[in-house]
Amino acid sequence: MTIKVLYFASVRERVGKPEEEIDPPAGIATVGQLMTWLAAQGEQYAHAFENPKVIRAAIDRKHVRADARIEGAGEIAFFPPMTGG
Amino acid sequence: MTTTIRLQREPFDIAVEVGKLSGGRTDVGAVVTFTGICRADENGAPIAALTLEHYPGMAEAEIARHVEEARARWPLLGVTVVHRHGRLKPGEVIVLVATASSHRQAAFAAAEFLMDYLKTRAPFWKQVETAAGAAWVDAKAADDKAAERWAAPPPRRDAAK
Repeated sequence: MTIKVLYFASVRERVGKPEEEIDPPAGIATVGQLMTWLAAQGEQYAHAFENPKVIRAAIDRKHVRADARIEGAGEIAFFPPMTGG
Repeated sequence: MTTTIRLQREPFDIAVEVGKLSGGRTDVGAVVTFTGICRADENGAPIAALTLEHYPGMAEAEIARHVEEARARWPLLGVTVVHRHGRLKPGEVIVLVATASSHRQAAFAAAEFLMDYLKTRAPFWKQVETAAGAAWVDAKAADDKAAERWAAPPPRRDAAK
């Protein structure tokens, strides 16, 4: 299953790109599992996802928790806590 | 209800935005505005500028969801949210939240509610330029606390009348 993934702010800087298409193995079912899998995809990913508890995620532009299922997701975004306003 | 949600790089005229909320109608009795401005320091260190990154599409959608929630909680006649992105210098306006209602209580409460949620839920990230280089601004626990207090049961819609 190919998924479009977006990265923002410090996560984007650490991964080194704003977005990409990824193809995780079939066993990856949740956002949390996807973060663990991404963290194993190289040094930059390990750095970006070294503390997954502080990384926020959104599926199709809505905030989700780590236990959210990724099946059917159009795009998944990862980013640090927000600091707008 | 009149709703305006805009994300933009360009500066804007606050008076014009506020005027649109009450112009041409006589049922608005109160307009509350909050203006967020770029300070010249972050945690005591001087900054030359700040750059706001955002998630296009989600930022608008997230603000719209919270405007809808504010509308369900308070008897509002209009809401305007304008949030800038890109590079801003100290003194420049970052964000405007303006709320209109028949009476002040609803307008005050809704403006505060929207700002608290903008801080913690709208996908924007600030990076500051300091003498030591660029640094991402850390999220503040106080902002999470401010947003959490709105999780309590909402007031009755007619409470402000």
